[in-house]
Amino acid sequence: MNWTAVATIYKAEMARFWRTFLQSFISPVLSTSLYFVVFGSAIGSRIQEVDGVEYGAFIVPGLVMLSVITQSISNASFGIYFPKFIGNIYEILSAPINFLEVVAGFVGAAATKSLFIGTVILCTASLFVDLTVQHPLAMVAFLVLTCLSFSLMGFIIGIWAGNFEQLQLVPLLVVTPLVFLGGSFYSISMLPPVWQTITLFNPVVYLVSGFRWAFFGQADVPVLLSLCAIGGFTLACVGVIWWIFKTGWRIRA
Amino acid sequence: MAAILTIRDLRKTYDGGFQALKGVSLDIEEGEILALLGPNGAGKTTLISTICGITTATSGSVSVGGFDNVGQFRQARALIGLVPQEITLEPFTKVLDTVTFSRGLFGKPAKPALVEDILRKLSLWDKRDSRIMDLSGGMKRRVLIAKALAHEPRILFLDEPTAGVDVELRKDMWEIVRELKADGVTIILTTHYIEEAEAIADRVGVITGGELLLVEEKEQLMARMGQKQLEVQLTAPVEAIPEALSQHNLQIVHGGGALLYTYDARAERTGITTLLNDVAQAGLVLADVQTRESSLEDIFVGLVSGGQAVKDATAGDAA
Repeated sequence: MNWTAVATIYKAEMARFWRTFLQSFISPVLSTSLYFVVFGSAIGSRIQEVDGVEYGAFIVPGLVMLSVITQSISNASFGIYFPKFIGNIYEILSAPINFLEVVAGFVGAAATKSLFIGTVILCTASLFVDLTVQHPLAMVAFLVLTCLSFSLMGFIIGIWAGNFEQLQLVPLLVVTPLVFLGGSFYSISMLPPVWQTITLFNPVVYLVSGFRWAFFGQADVPVLLSLCAIGGFTLACVGVIWWIFKTGWRIRA
Repeated sequence: MAAILTIRDLRKTYDGGFQALKGVSLDIEEGEILALLGPNGAGKTTLISTICGITTATSGSVSVGGFDNVGQFRQARALIGLVPQEITLEPFTKVLDTVTFSRGLFGKPAKPALVEDILRKLSLWDKRDSRIMDLSGGMKRRVLIAKALAHEPRILFLDEPTAGVDVELRKDMWEIVRELKADGVTIILTTHYIEEAEAIADRVGVITGGELLLVEEKEQLMARMGQKQLEVQLTAPVEAIPEALSQHNLQIVHGGGALLYTYDARAERTGITTLLNDVAQAGLVLADVQTRESSLEDIFVGLVSGGQAVKDATAGDAA
Protein backbone atom coordinates (compact mmCIF):
# COMPACT_ATOMS: atom_id res chain seq x y z
CA MET A 1 0.00 0.00 0.00
CA ASN A 2 1.15 3.48 -0.90
CA TRP A 3 0.03 5.07 2.38
CA THR A 4 1.61 8.42 1.57
CA ALA A 5 -0.62 8.67 -1.50
CA VAL A 6 -3.70 7.64 0.49
CA ALA A 7 -2.95 10.28 3.12
CA THR A 8 -2.33 12.87 0.40
CA ILE A 9 -5.71 12.29 -1.26
CA TYR A 10 -7.41 12.14 2.14
CA LYS A 11 -5.89 15.42 3.30
CA ALA A 12 -6.67 17.20 0.03
CA GLU A 13 -10.29 16.07 0.22
CA MET A 14 -10.56 17.08 3.87
CA ALA A 15 -9.06 20.47 3.00
CA ARG A 16 -12.10 21.13 0.81
CA PHE A 17 -14.28 20.29 3.81
CA TRP A 18 -12.43 22.70 6.10
CA ARG A 19 -12.61 25.44 3.46
CA THR A 20 -16.39 25.27 3.69
CA PHE A 21 -16.45 24.33 7.34
CA LEU A 22 -19.04 26.83 8.44
CA GLN A 23 -21.44 25.65 5.79
CA SER A 24 -20.66 22.00 6.59
CA PHE A 25 -21.29 22.62 10.26
CA ILE A 26 -24.17 25.06 10.30
CA SER A 27 -26.36 23.41 7.70
CA PRO A 28 -26.86 20.08 9.54
CA VAL A 29 -27.33 21.90 12.86
CA LEU A 30 -29.94 24.16 11.32
CA SER A 31 -31.83 21.43 9.48
CA THR A 32 -31.85 19.16 12.54
CA SER A 33 -33.13 21.99 14.70
CA LEU A 34 -35.90 22.62 12.16
CA TYR A 35 -36.90 18.97 12.17
CA PHE A 36 -37.15 19.08 15.94
CA VAL A 37 -39.16 22.27 15.93
CA VAL A 38 -41.60 20.78 13.42
CA PHE A 39 -41.70 17.09 14.33
CA GLY A 40 -40.58 17.22 17.91
CA SER A 41 -42.57 20.17 19.21
CA ALA A 42 -45.30 21.21 16.79
CA ILE A 43 -46.46 17.83 15.52
CA GLY A 44 -44.63 15.45 17.83
CA SER A 45 -46.43 16.71 20.93
CA ARG A 46 -49.69 15.44 19.42
CA ILE A 47 -48.24 12.05 18.49
CA GLN A 48 -48.29 9.20 20.97
CA GLU A 49 -45.15 7.45 22.06
CA VAL A 50 -43.86 4.95 19.51
CA ASP A 51 -42.96 1.58 21.03
CA GLY A 52 -42.68 3.29 24.38
CA VAL A 53 -40.31 5.98 23.12
CA GLU A 54 -41.23 9.65 22.99
CA TYR A 55 -41.72 10.62 19.33
CA GLY A 56 -39.10 13.39 19.43
CA ALA A 57 -36.45 10.89 20.55
CA PHE A 58 -37.79 8.16 18.27
CA ILE A 59 -36.97 10.12 15.12
CA VAL A 60 -33.35 10.92 16.11
CA PRO A 61 -31.77 7.76 14.66
CA GLY A 62 -33.75 8.17 11.42
CA LEU A 63 -32.79 11.82 11.23
CA VAL A 64 -29.10 10.99 11.67
CA MET A 65 -29.35 8.27 9.03
CA LEU A 66 -31.11 10.62 6.61
CA SER A 67 -28.31 13.18 6.86
CA VAL A 68 -25.46 10.70 6.98
CA ILE A 69 -26.69 8.83 3.91
CA THR A 70 -27.29 11.93 1.80
CA GLN A 71 -24.04 13.58 2.96
CA SER A 72 -21.98 10.45 2.30
CA ILE A 73 -23.31 10.15 -1.22
CA SER A 74 -22.97 13.81 -2.04
CA ASN A 75 -19.46 14.16 -0.56
CA ALA A 76 -18.03 11.07 -2.21
CA SER A 77 -19.72 11.57 -5.58
CA PHE A 78 -18.62 15.18 -5.77
CA GLY A 79 -15.10 14.31 -4.58
CA ILE A 80 -14.38 12.03 -7.52
CA TYR A 81 -16.61 13.78 -10.07
CA PHE A 82 -14.87 17.14 -9.60
CA PRO A 83 -11.44 15.99 -10.84
CA LYS A 84 -13.20 14.23 -13.70
CA PHE A 85 -15.00 17.44 -14.57
CA ILE A 86 -11.92 19.67 -14.28
CA GLY A 87 -9.68 17.10 -15.95
CA ASN A 88 -7.06 16.76 -13.21
CA ILE A 89 -8.03 13.13 -12.74
CA TYR A 90 -5.15 12.50 -15.15
CA GLU A 91 -2.87 12.94 -12.17
CA ILE A 92 -4.54 10.17 -10.21
CA LEU A 93 -4.65 7.84 -13.20
CA SER A 94 -0.96 8.34 -13.98
CA ALA A 95 0.25 8.09 -10.37
CA PRO A 96 1.77 4.85 -9.03
CA ILE A 97 -1.32 3.97 -7.01
CA ASN A 98 -3.90 1.22 -7.28
CA PHE A 99 -7.68 1.35 -6.95
CA LEU A 100 -7.68 0.48 -3.26
CA GLU A 101 -5.49 3.46 -2.47
CA VAL A 102 -7.61 5.83 -4.55
CA VAL A 103 -10.79 4.57 -2.90
CA ALA A 104 -9.28 4.65 0.57
CA GLY A 105 -8.34 8.32 0.10
CA PHE A 106 -11.58 9.58 -1.45
CA VAL A 107 -14.07 7.37 0.39
CA GLY A 108 -12.18 7.66 3.67
CA ALA A 109 -12.45 11.46 3.51
CA ALA A 110 -16.12 11.41 2.46
CA ALA A 111 -16.97 8.98 5.26
CA THR A 112 -15.07 11.11 7.79
CA LYS A 113 -17.06 14.19 6.78
CA SER A 114 -20.41 12.46 7.14
CA LEU A 115 -19.33 10.88 10.41
CA PHE A 116 -18.57 14.38 11.64
CA ILE A 117 -21.96 15.63 10.49
CA GLY A 118 -23.71 12.63 12.08
CA THR A 119 -22.03 13.42 15.36
CA VAL A 120 -23.00 17.09 15.12
CA ILE A 121 -26.63 16.09 14.55
CA LEU A 122 -26.58 13.72 17.52
CA CYS A 123 -25.18 16.47 19.72
CA THR A 124 -27.78 18.94 18.46
CA ALA A 125 -30.55 16.40 19.01
CA SER A 126 -29.44 15.81 22.58
CA LEU A 127 -30.16 19.49 23.23
CA PHE A 128 -33.83 18.93 22.33
CA VAL A 129 -34.59 15.48 23.69
CA ASP A 130 -33.32 13.05 26.30
CA LEU A 131 -31.22 10.58 24.40
CA THR A 132 -30.12 7.27 25.83
CA VAL A 133 -27.90 4.90 23.93
CA GLN A 134 -28.37 1.34 25.12
CA HIS A 135 -25.74 -0.21 22.84
CA PRO A 136 -23.06 2.44 22.21
CA LEU A 137 -20.69 0.10 20.37
CA ALA A 138 -23.42 -1.04 18.00
CA MET A 139 -24.43 2.59 17.51
CA VAL A 140 -20.90 3.56 16.47
CA ALA A 141 -20.59 0.46 14.27
CA PHE A 142 -23.85 1.20 12.43
CA LEU A 143 -22.91 4.84 12.01
CA VAL A 144 -19.42 4.11 10.69
CA LEU A 145 -20.62 1.34 8.36
CA THR A 146 -23.38 3.54 6.98
CA CYS A 147 -20.94 6.41 6.35
CA LEU A 148 -18.55 4.01 4.66
CA SER A 149 -21.01 2.08 2.52
CA PHE A 150 -22.88 5.12 1.24
CA SER A 151 -19.62 6.93 0.57
CA LEU A 152 -18.64 3.93 -1.56
CA MET A 153 -21.98 4.21 -3.34
CA GLY A 154 -21.40 7.94 -3.82
CA PHE A 155 -17.98 7.20 -5.30
CA ILE A 156 -19.64 4.90 -7.86
CA ILE A 157 -22.22 7.58 -8.71
CA GLY A 158 -19.43 10.14 -9.13
CA ILE A 159 -17.62 7.90 -11.60
CA TRP A 160 -20.83 7.06 -13.44
CA ALA A 161 -22.08 10.66 -13.70
CA GLY A 162 -21.39 12.38 -16.99
CA ASN A 163 -22.66 15.78 -15.83
CA PHE A 164 -23.84 17.62 -12.75
CA GLU A 165 -27.46 16.70 -13.41
CA GLN A 166 -26.68 12.99 -13.29
CA LEU A 167 -24.71 13.59 -10.13
CA GLN A 168 -27.95 14.69 -8.45
CA LEU A 169 -30.19 12.17 -10.16
CA VAL A 170 -29.63 9.05 -8.05
CA PRO A 171 -29.63 10.83 -4.67
CA LEU A 172 -32.78 12.72 -5.62
CA LEU A 173 -34.82 10.02 -7.32
CA VAL A 174 -33.66 6.90 -5.51
CA VAL A 175 -31.97 7.60 -2.21
CA THR A 176 -34.21 10.32 -0.75
CA PRO A 177 -37.45 8.33 -1.32
CA LEU A 178 -35.83 5.18 0.08
CA VAL A 179 -34.69 7.01 3.19
CA PHE A 180 -38.02 8.73 3.79
CA LEU A 181 -39.92 5.48 3.22
CA GLY A 182 -37.39 3.47 5.21
CA GLY A 183 -38.94 4.11 8.59
CA SER A 184 -36.86 7.16 9.48
CA PHE A 185 -39.88 8.91 10.97
CA TYR A 186 -42.14 5.97 11.82
CA SER A 187 -42.02 2.37 12.91
CA ILE A 188 -42.93 -0.01 10.11
CA SER A 189 -45.28 -1.73 12.52
CA MET A 190 -47.47 1.37 12.05
CA LEU A 191 -48.02 0.45 8.37
CA PRO A 192 -50.76 -1.80 6.95
CA PRO A 193 -49.55 -5.43 6.59
CA VAL A 194 -49.07 -5.25 2.80
CA TRP A 195 -46.86 -2.19 3.08
CA GLN A 196 -44.90 -3.80 5.88
CA THR A 197 -43.93 -6.58 3.46
CA ILE A 198 -43.15 -4.18 0.62
CA THR A 199 -41.05 -2.03 2.94
CA LEU A 200 -38.79 -4.99 3.70
CA PHE A 201 -37.39 -4.65 0.16
CA ASN A 202 -36.08 -1.22 1.07
CA PRO A 203 -32.46 -1.62 2.25
CA VAL A 204 -32.63 1.57 4.32
CA VAL A 205 -35.19 -0.08 6.62
CA TYR A 206 -32.47 -2.40 7.90
CA LEU A 207 -30.06 0.48 8.59
CA VAL A 208 -32.58 2.64 10.41
CA SER A 209 -33.91 -0.33 12.34
CA GLY A 210 -30.46 -1.48 13.44
CA PHE A 211 -29.38 2.03 14.33
CA ARG A 212 -32.58 2.65 16.31
CA TRP A 213 -32.07 -0.65 18.16
CA ALA A 214 -28.67 0.63 19.31
CA PHE A 215 -30.48 3.55 20.98
CA PHE A 216 -33.72 2.10 22.31
CA GLY A 217 -33.27 -1.66 22.17
CA GLN A 218 -36.21 -2.03 19.79
CA ALA A 219 -36.00 -2.99 16.12
CA ASP A 220 -38.34 -3.54 13.18
CA VAL A 221 -36.13 -6.31 11.82
CA PRO A 222 -33.57 -8.55 13.61
CA VAL A 223 -30.35 -6.69 14.39
CA LEU A 224 -28.17 -9.38 12.88
CA LEU A 225 -30.10 -9.07 9.65
CA SER A 226 -29.46 -5.32 9.74
CA LEU A 227 -25.72 -5.90 10.17
CA CYS A 228 -25.67 -8.47 7.37
CA ALA A 229 -27.58 -6.08 5.10
CA ILE A 230 -25.17 -3.22 5.59
CA GLY A 231 -22.15 -5.53 5.42
CA GLY A 232 -23.44 -7.05 2.19
CA PHE A 233 -24.12 -3.62 0.72
CA THR A 234 -20.59 -2.48 1.59
CA LEU A 235 -19.07 -5.54 -0.06
CA ALA A 236 -21.24 -5.09 -3.15
CA CYS A 237 -20.04 -1.49 -3.51
CA VAL A 238 -16.39 -2.54 -3.11
CA GLY A 239 -16.98 -5.19 -5.79
CA VAL A 240 -18.43 -2.67 -8.22
CA ILE A 241 -15.54 -0.26 -7.62
CA TRP A 242 -13.01 -3.02 -8.12
CA TRP A 243 -14.68 -3.83 -11.44
CA ILE A 244 -14.68 -0.13 -12.42
CA PHE A 245 -10.94 0.14 -11.91
CA LYS A 246 -10.25 -3.21 -13.55
CA THR A 247 -12.14 -2.31 -16.70
CA GLY A 248 -11.50 1.43 -16.57
CA TRP A 249 -15.23 2.03 -17.00
CA ARG A 250 -15.90 5.76 -17.41
CA ILE A 251 -12.46 6.72 -16.14
CA ARG A 252 -9.82 5.16 -18.39
CA ALA A 253 -10.31 5.01 -22.15
CA MET B 1 23.21 5.74 -24.63
CA ALA B 2 20.73 3.32 -23.11
CA ALA B 3 17.03 3.58 -23.90
CA ILE B 4 15.01 4.75 -20.91
CA LEU B 5 11.72 4.22 -22.69
CA THR B 6 11.03 1.36 -25.06
CA ILE B 7 7.77 1.16 -26.96
CA ARG B 8 7.00 -1.91 -29.03
CA ASP B 9 4.19 -2.28 -31.55
CA LEU B 10 1.82 -0.16 -29.49
CA ARG B 11 -1.74 -0.22 -30.76
CA LYS B 12 -4.82 1.51 -29.50
CA THR B 13 -8.31 1.08 -30.89
CA TYR B 14 -11.01 3.05 -29.10
CA ASP B 15 -14.42 1.56 -28.35
CA GLY B 16 -15.95 3.30 -31.35
CA GLY B 17 -13.49 1.45 -33.59
CA PHE B 18 -11.17 4.40 -34.18
CA GLN B 19 -7.58 3.24 -34.48
CA ALA B 20 -5.55 5.95 -32.75
CA LEU B 21 -2.24 4.05 -32.72
CA LYS B 22 -1.35 1.55 -35.41
CA GLY B 23 1.71 -0.23 -34.12
CA VAL B 24 4.13 2.41 -32.82
CA SER B 25 7.65 1.29 -31.91
CA LEU B 26 10.12 3.75 -30.49
CA ASP B 27 13.21 3.90 -28.27
CA ILE B 28 13.89 7.04 -26.28
CA GLU B 29 17.35 7.60 -24.94
CA GLU B 30 18.09 8.93 -21.51
CA GLY B 31 18.75 12.66 -21.45
CA GLU B 32 17.46 13.51 -24.90
CA ILE B 33 14.72 15.86 -26.04
CA LEU B 34 12.45 14.18 -28.51
CA ALA B 35 9.83 16.20 -30.32
CA LEU B 36 6.85 14.34 -31.66
CA LEU B 37 5.45 16.31 -34.52
CA GLY B 38 2.10 15.68 -36.04
CA PRO B 39 -1.12 17.34 -37.08
CA ASN B 40 -4.16 17.40 -34.80
CA GLY B 41 -5.59 13.93 -34.30
CA ALA B 42 -2.33 12.23 -35.31
CA GLY B 43 -2.23 10.13 -32.14
CA LYS B 44 0.30 12.15 -30.14
CA THR B 45 -1.80 12.53 -27.02
CA THR B 46 -3.03 8.93 -27.20
CA LEU B 47 0.59 7.77 -27.35
CA ILE B 48 1.51 9.79 -24.25
CA SER B 49 -1.67 8.79 -22.40
CA THR B 50 -1.00 5.14 -23.08
CA ILE B 51 2.57 5.35 -21.83
CA CYS B 52 1.46 7.18 -18.67
CA GLY B 53 -1.39 4.79 -17.87
CA ILE B 54 -4.30 7.13 -18.54
CA THR B 55 -5.36 5.05 -21.52
CA THR B 56 -4.98 1.29 -21.78
CA ALA B 57 -3.26 -0.10 -24.85
CA THR B 58 -5.08 -2.57 -27.08
CA SER B 59 -1.80 -4.41 -27.64
CA GLY B 60 1.94 -3.85 -27.54
CA SER B 61 4.27 -3.02 -24.70
CA VAL B 62 5.86 -0.05 -22.99
CA SER B 63 8.92 -0.38 -20.79
CA VAL B 64 10.00 2.57 -18.63
CA GLY B 65 13.48 2.30 -17.17
CA GLY B 66 13.17 -1.46 -17.61
CA PHE B 67 9.77 -1.69 -15.91
CA ASP B 68 6.65 -2.76 -17.78
CA ASN B 69 4.08 0.05 -17.57
CA VAL B 70 1.24 -2.37 -16.79
CA GLY B 71 2.76 -5.27 -14.83
CA GLN B 72 5.15 -3.03 -12.88
CA PHE B 73 3.10 0.16 -13.04
CA ARG B 74 4.29 1.48 -9.70
CA GLN B 75 7.98 1.50 -10.64
CA ALA B 76 7.28 2.58 -14.21
CA ARG B 77 4.96 5.49 -13.34
CA ALA B 78 7.25 6.72 -10.57
CA LEU B 79 9.78 7.62 -13.28
CA ILE B 80 7.35 9.66 -15.35
CA GLY B 81 6.08 13.20 -15.03
CA LEU B 82 3.25 14.38 -17.25
CA VAL B 83 2.32 17.90 -18.26
CA PRO B 84 -1.06 17.68 -19.96
CA GLN B 85 -2.17 19.72 -22.91
CA GLU B 86 -5.16 21.31 -21.23
CA ILE B 87 -4.88 23.45 -18.11
CA THR B 88 -6.46 21.09 -15.63
CA LEU B 89 -6.03 22.53 -12.16
CA GLU B 90 -8.40 22.83 -9.26
CA PRO B 91 -9.15 26.57 -9.22
CA PHE B 92 -9.46 27.00 -5.45
CA THR B 93 -6.22 25.38 -4.33
CA LYS B 94 -3.00 27.26 -3.71
CA VAL B 95 0.12 26.80 -5.83
CA LEU B 96 2.26 25.35 -3.04
CA ASP B 97 -0.52 23.00 -1.92
CA THR B 98 -1.19 21.58 -5.36
CA VAL B 99 2.51 20.98 -6.07
CA THR B 100 2.96 19.33 -2.66
CA PHE B 101 -0.13 17.22 -3.39
CA SER B 102 1.44 15.92 -6.61
CA ARG B 103 4.55 14.79 -4.76
CA GLY B 104 2.51 13.00 -2.12
CA LEU B 105 0.35 11.31 -4.74
CA PHE B 106 3.47 9.61 -6.05
CA GLY B 107 4.17 8.29 -2.57
CA LYS B 108 7.19 10.51 -1.97
CA PRO B 109 7.70 11.95 1.51
CA ALA B 110 7.38 15.72 1.82
CA LYS B 111 10.50 17.63 0.77
CA PRO B 112 9.76 21.34 1.11
CA ALA B 113 13.25 22.39 -0.02
CA LEU B 114 12.85 20.56 -3.32
CA VAL B 115 9.38 21.99 -3.93
CA GLU B 116 10.74 25.45 -3.19
CA ASP B 117 13.59 24.89 -5.62
CA ILE B 118 11.19 23.80 -8.38
CA LEU B 119 8.90 26.77 -7.76
CA ARG B 120 11.83 29.18 -7.78
CA LYS B 121 13.16 27.78 -11.06
CA LEU B 122 9.74 28.22 -12.62
CA SER B 123 9.39 31.75 -11.18
CA LEU B 124 6.43 30.64 -9.09
CA TRP B 125 7.82 31.00 -5.60
CA ASP B 126 6.34 34.48 -5.16
CA LYS B 127 2.97 33.06 -6.15
CA ARG B 128 3.11 30.04 -3.84
CA ASP B 129 0.20 31.24 -1.73
CA SER B 130 -1.92 32.40 -4.66
CA ARG B 131 -4.95 30.45 -5.64
CA ILE B 132 -4.83 28.85 -9.10
CA MET B 133 -7.84 30.89 -10.23
CA ASP B 134 -5.89 34.10 -9.65
CA LEU B 135 -2.98 33.13 -11.92
CA SER B 136 -2.45 34.02 -15.57
CA GLY B 137 -2.56 31.34 -18.26
CA GLY B 138 1.23 31.23 -18.49
CA MET B 139 1.58 30.84 -14.74
CA LYS B 140 -0.90 27.99 -14.75
CA ARG B 141 1.17 26.18 -17.34
CA ARG B 142 4.20 26.59 -15.13
CA VAL B 143 2.24 25.17 -12.21
CA LEU B 144 1.46 22.11 -14.34
CA ILE B 145 5.17 21.68 -14.99
CA ALA B 146 5.98 22.14 -11.30
CA LYS B 147 3.42 19.47 -10.41
CA ALA B 148 4.91 17.08 -12.94
CA LEU B 149 8.42 17.65 -11.55
CA ALA B 150 7.47 17.42 -7.87
CA HIS B 151 8.18 13.69 -7.59
CA GLU B 152 11.56 14.00 -9.31
CA PRO B 153 10.75 12.09 -12.51
CA ARG B 154 13.45 11.00 -14.93
CA ILE B 155 11.20 11.37 -17.93
CA LEU B 156 8.98 14.35 -18.55
CA PHE B 157 6.17 14.37 -21.08
CA LEU B 158 5.06 17.76 -22.29
CA ASP B 159 1.89 17.49 -24.32
CA GLU B 160 1.68 20.58 -26.52
CA PRO B 161 3.34 22.79 -23.89
CA THR B 162 3.04 25.96 -25.92
CA ALA B 163 -0.31 25.49 -27.65
CA GLY B 164 -2.07 28.83 -27.62
CA VAL B 165 0.58 30.73 -25.66
CA ASP B 166 2.20 33.96 -26.81
CA VAL B 167 5.66 34.14 -28.36
CA GLU B 168 7.38 35.40 -25.21
CA LEU B 169 5.98 32.63 -23.05
CA ARG B 170 6.87 30.08 -25.69
CA LYS B 171 10.49 31.20 -25.58
CA ASP B 172 10.35 31.02 -21.76
CA MET B 173 9.03 27.49 -22.00
CA TRP B 174 11.86 26.47 -24.33
CA GLU B 175 14.34 27.87 -21.86
CA ILE B 176 12.74 25.83 -19.09
CA VAL B 177 12.95 22.69 -21.23
CA ARG B 178 16.64 23.32 -21.92
CA GLU B 179 17.31 23.76 -18.21
CA LEU B 180 15.51 20.53 -17.43
CA LYS B 181 17.59 18.71 -19.99
CA ALA B 182 20.70 20.16 -18.37
CA ASP B 183 19.45 18.66 -15.09
CA GLY B 184 19.41 15.27 -16.80
CA VAL B 185 15.67 14.90 -17.41
CA THR B 186 14.62 13.09 -20.56
CA ILE B 187 11.96 15.12 -22.34
CA ILE B 188 9.36 14.04 -24.82
CA LEU B 189 7.25 16.85 -26.14
CA THR B 190 4.47 16.84 -28.65
CA THR B 191 3.87 19.84 -30.78
CA HIS B 192 2.47 20.93 -34.04
CA TYR B 193 4.75 23.94 -34.09
CA ILE B 194 7.69 23.02 -36.28
CA GLU B 195 9.57 26.01 -34.93
CA GLU B 196 9.43 24.43 -31.49
CA ALA B 197 10.94 21.14 -32.58
CA GLU B 198 13.55 22.97 -34.61
CA ALA B 199 14.50 25.15 -31.66
CA ILE B 200 14.87 22.62 -28.87
CA ALA B 201 14.71 18.98 -29.99
CA ASP B 202 17.61 16.59 -30.36
CA ARG B 203 15.51 14.15 -32.32
CA VAL B 204 12.29 14.57 -34.19
CA GLY B 205 9.59 11.96 -34.66
CA VAL B 206 6.82 12.53 -37.15
CA ILE B 207 3.51 10.92 -36.36
CA THR B 208 0.37 11.00 -38.43
CA GLY B 209 -2.70 8.80 -38.66
CA GLY B 210 -1.51 6.79 -35.65
CA GLU B 211 1.75 5.80 -37.33
CA LEU B 212 5.26 6.95 -36.64
CA LEU B 213 6.56 7.92 -40.06
CA LEU B 214 10.12 8.42 -38.90
CA VAL B 215 12.35 9.29 -35.97
CA GLU B 216 15.64 10.91 -36.73
CA GLU B 217 18.27 13.27 -35.36
CA LYS B 218 16.99 16.73 -36.14
CA GLU B 219 20.19 17.80 -37.92
CA GLN B 220 20.34 14.59 -39.94
CA LEU B 221 16.72 14.87 -40.88
CA MET B 222 17.19 18.39 -42.10
CA ALA B 223 20.33 17.44 -43.98
CA ARG B 224 18.80 14.33 -45.48
CA MET B 225 15.48 15.76 -46.42
CA GLY B 226 16.57 19.35 -46.80
CA GLN B 227 16.66 21.01 -50.12
CA LYS B 228 18.18 24.34 -50.94
CA GLN B 229 16.79 26.95 -53.20
CA LEU B 230 18.60 29.60 -55.20
CA GLU B 231 16.66 32.65 -56.18
CA VAL B 232 18.05 34.47 -59.19
CA GLN B 233 16.66 37.99 -59.33
CA LEU B 234 16.64 39.63 -62.73
CA THR B 235 16.93 43.28 -63.75
CA ALA B 236 14.19 42.82 -66.35
CA PRO B 237 11.27 40.44 -65.81
CA VAL B 238 10.74 37.45 -68.11
CA GLU B 239 7.42 36.03 -69.24
CA ALA B 240 8.60 32.46 -69.75
CA ILE B 241 11.65 30.41 -68.97
CA PRO B 242 14.05 30.94 -71.89
CA GLU B 243 14.69 27.90 -74.09
CA ALA B 244 18.37 27.87 -73.14
CA LEU B 245 17.43 27.29 -69.48
CA SER B 246 14.77 24.61 -69.98
CA GLN B 247 17.08 21.79 -68.84
CA HIS B 248 17.27 23.35 -65.35
CA ASN B 249 14.68 22.79 -62.63
CA LEU B 250 13.37 26.36 -62.61
CA GLN B 251 10.25 28.18 -61.59
CA ILE B 252 9.26 31.73 -62.35
CA VAL B 253 8.53 33.73 -59.22
CA HIS B 254 7.75 37.35 -58.28
CA GLY B 255 5.78 37.87 -61.51
CA GLY B 256 8.77 37.02 -63.67
CA GLY B 257 11.17 39.13 -61.66
CA ALA B 258 13.12 36.09 -60.44
CA LEU B 259 13.88 32.47 -61.23
CA LEU B 260 13.83 29.90 -58.45
CA TYR B 261 16.23 26.97 -58.69
CA THR B 262 15.76 23.99 -56.33
CA TYR B 263 18.72 21.70 -55.79
CA ASP B 264 20.12 19.10 -53.46
CA ALA B 265 22.77 20.78 -51.32
CA ARG B 266 24.46 17.46 -50.56
CA ALA B 267 24.84 16.41 -54.20
CA GLU B 268 28.31 16.28 -55.70
CA ARG B 269 27.27 18.75 -58.33
CA THR B 270 24.68 21.31 -57.44
CA GLY B 271 24.43 22.60 -61.01
CA ILE B 272 24.72 26.19 -59.84
CA THR B 273 27.74 27.08 -61.99
CA THR B 274 26.12 25.70 -65.14
CA LEU B 275 22.88 27.46 -64.34
CA LEU B 276 24.53 30.83 -63.83
CA ASN B 277 26.54 30.40 -67.05
CA ASP B 278 23.37 29.51 -68.93
CA VAL B 279 21.54 32.49 -67.45
CA ALA B 280 24.30 34.77 -68.78
CA GLN B 281 24.23 32.95 -72.15
CA ALA B 282 20.50 33.51 -72.37
CA GLY B 283 21.16 37.23 -72.15
CA LEU B 284 19.56 37.73 -68.74
CA VAL B 285 21.13 40.22 -66.36
CA LEU B 286 21.36 39.31 -62.66
CA ALA B 287 20.22 41.85 -60.11
CA ASP B 288 20.88 39.65 -57.09
CA VAL B 289 21.09 36.02 -55.96
CA GLN B 290 20.12 34.48 -52.66
CA THR B 291 19.82 30.96 -51.29
CA ARG B 292 17.64 29.54 -48.58
CA GLU B 293 17.43 26.17 -46.83
CA SER B 294 14.14 24.37 -46.43
CA SER B 295 12.92 24.46 -42.85
CA LEU B 296 11.68 21.57 -40.80
CA GLU B 297 8.23 22.82 -41.63
CA ASP B 298 8.75 22.24 -45.35
CA ILE B 299 10.05 18.76 -44.55
CA PHE B 300 7.12 18.09 -42.28
CA VAL B 301 4.51 19.18 -44.80
CA GLY B 302 6.21 17.01 -47.40
CA LEU B 303 6.26 14.04 -45.04
CA VAL B 304 2.69 14.27 -43.89
CA SER B 305 1.29 14.83 -47.35
CA GLY B 306 3.64 12.20 -48.78
CA GLY B 307 2.54 9.88 -45.96
CA GLN B 308 3.07 6.26 -46.66
CA ALA B 309 5.50 6.73 -49.53
CA VAL B 310 7.99 8.43 -47.23
CA LYS B 311 7.54 5.75 -44.60
CA ASP B 312 8.32 3.07 -47.13
CA ALA B 313 11.37 4.94 -48.33
CA THR B 314 12.60 5.36 -44.74
CA ALA B 315 12.05 1.69 -43.99
CA GLY B 316 14.05 0.92 -47.11
CA ASP B 317 16.90 3.14 -45.90
CA ALA B 318 16.90 1.50 -42.50
CA ALA B 319 17.07 -1.94 -44.07
